[in-house]
Amino acid sequence: MMLTRERLLNWAMIAALLIVPLAAWSLDEPFIITLATKAAILALAGVGLNIALGLGGMISLGHAAFFGIGGYAMGILAAHAQNYEPLFAWPFLFEGSNQMPLIWLVAVVFSALAALVIGALSLRTSGVYFIMITLAFGQMLYYFAISWSAYGGEDGLSIWVRNEFPGLNTLDPIQFFAIAYVILCLALVFAARLARSPFGLALAAARQNEDRVEAVGLTPFTLRLIAFVISGAITGLAGALFADLNRFVSPTMLSWHTSGEIMIFVILGGVGRLYGPVAGAALYIMLEHLLGGISDYWQIFLGLLLLLIVLFARGGLIGALAGREKAHG
Amino acid sequence: MADLVLQTNKLNKSFGALKASSDVSLDLLTGEIHALIGPNGAGKSTLIKQIAGNIAPDSGTVELLGRDVTRLDTVARARMGLGRTFQISALAMEYTVLQNAVLGALGGQGRPFRFFRNVMKDPGLLEPARDALERVGLVDDAGRRTADLSHGQRRQLEVAVALTLQPKLFLMDEPMAGLGAAGSKELTGFLDGLRQQAPILLVEHDMDAVFALADRISVLVYGQIIATGTADEIRANAEVRRAYLGEEDAA
Ligand SMILES: Nc1ncnc2c1ncn2[C@@H]1O[C@H](COP(=O)(O)OP(=O)(O)OP(=O)(O)O)[C@@H](O)[C@H]1O
Ligand SMILES: [Mg+2]
Repeated sequence: MMLTRERLLNWAMIAALLIVPLAAWSLDEPFIITLATKAAILALAGVGLNIALGLGGMISLGHAAFFGIGGYAMGILAAHAQNYEPLFAWPFLFEGSNQMPLIWLVAVVFSALAALVIGALSLRTSGVYFIMITLAFGQMLYYFAISWSAYGGEDGLSIWVRNEFPGLNTLDPIQFFAIAYVILCLALVFAARLARSPFGLALAAARQNEDRVEAVGLTPFTLRLIAFVISGAITGLAGALFADLNRFVSPTMLSWHTSGEIMIFVILGGVGRLYGPVAGAALYIMLEHLLGGISDYWQIFLGLLLLLIVLFARGGLIGALAGREKAHG
Repeated sequence: MADLVLQTNKLNKSFGALKASSDVSLDLLTGEIHALIGPNGAGKSTLIKQIAGNIAPDSGTVELLGRDVTRLDTVARARMGLGRTFQISALAMEYTVLQNAVLGALGGQGRPFRFFRNVMKDPGLLEPARDALERVGLVDDAGRRTADLSHGQRRQLEVAVALTLQPKLFLMDEPMAGLGAAGSKELTGFLDGLRQQAPILLVEHDMDAVFALADRISVLVYGQIIATGTADEIRANAEVRRAYLGEEDAA
């Protein structure tokens, strides 16, 4: 393994994301731990999007759909469990669940299915049309959630206690952080391996030159669809965790504004850079926390920063600090 | 008689009022190099694209290895064994030279749905990729970014990627362009031997290469094949001289 500058930077970032909440824990500052947890979860959502956007070149403005589906998977399962109302009685009685592993599984399966349907329809187009169709699907789900009164409609769904994970006390902020952090690390390892796999090579080639990929007998559509499903599933898992962090899910998680935020994490950190979403989400949370305290209009500064990065540092934060990406191999 | 590998039957293709292919029928036999020549804009690339499956003909059929493939897409035709190089290099520019060749090998083996192993450490892909780069003389550049290659080197890489597919026939659209005299000569020697492996339909403006290599030559002018024959027959053909070779002399 070569010790490149980017790799050092990645390690430093992932270490900082661990050290900051640990320090906050020893100083008894639970709010900081919650901020770090939020950063880890949003980074996870970004890792998902980055597989579609960075690796596959699919500019999806609809990832809020998967994030929100993950959120609602948690909300619906937990709401039934806390109210002792069966979710369904056939083919077996199911009363919802407050167990995170099951909630995650449901979140992943449903967001993957949604990605399969949305991807199969929108990947027949490209460019601006693809952006608009993914946006439209996201908004469709958003309006559906608003009108879905059984699960809170516009007001969303609140959960009284955070869901459980076997052997841990999830109400303890540092333990819940640990869960989010470990999942983020696993997702990063997965994304790194995917990028270097035969599939990743073909997928990123389809982004660079579709004709070439077809000429060697591979179908860009299939490659992209699979990547889109993987991407949606990871973002959906992040949605379930995010809803659990807030003990609340609402249609806002499905809105195009959320899609834009997830994309901002990726762009801030560096499109296609493996740890880009980690840098981007952490920076976003820091800015929100620091500047948000100074002015309600902190997003103007965020906008300015985004503009500077898009104009002057195409590789985002990681690109600016670690230089041009090295072609691997 | 040698086997028929490729056959087009009365292909027609128009772009608006422009007739780019007009009843084009040609074939490619085992072991041969069949050169397709003609002035700029004659419709050579348009014909290649119809054979490869990028554009559909208005009428007529394409038969590959005895099978009508007119309705099959590019991917299906590539899988049947059609190896192709593009007139305008179509490569993954961010990749290294070796990665492009590995991509070809991956496509040739047709199993891209592996998500965990490191593709650049897979000997089953690296060996054919390196071998192909070796054969076109690019192996020393294996680690370079494709975007940093010269025009001619990109043409060589196009040929190398086609080789990794182990195709049953080659379609090559101006592989010599930008190679320079020495490079052209080298590639000419290489293609000469390659026809034993798989026949080549060769579009080329470099007449020295064409006359040195081609078993048969077809001349395309304004979308129509005006003559097909051996190098000597084409040289002697009055219509060809008037329509094409004469133009070259004048130019
Ligand atoms: N997609 C298209 N739409 C409209 N016209 C086209 C299209 N593709 C090609 N043409 C036209 O068809 C004619 C044939 O083009 P083609 O590229 O096949 O020529 P060629 O013989 O390959 O020329 P060259 O030697 O310059 O490569 C040209 O006049 C070209 O402008
Ligand atoms: Mg051409």
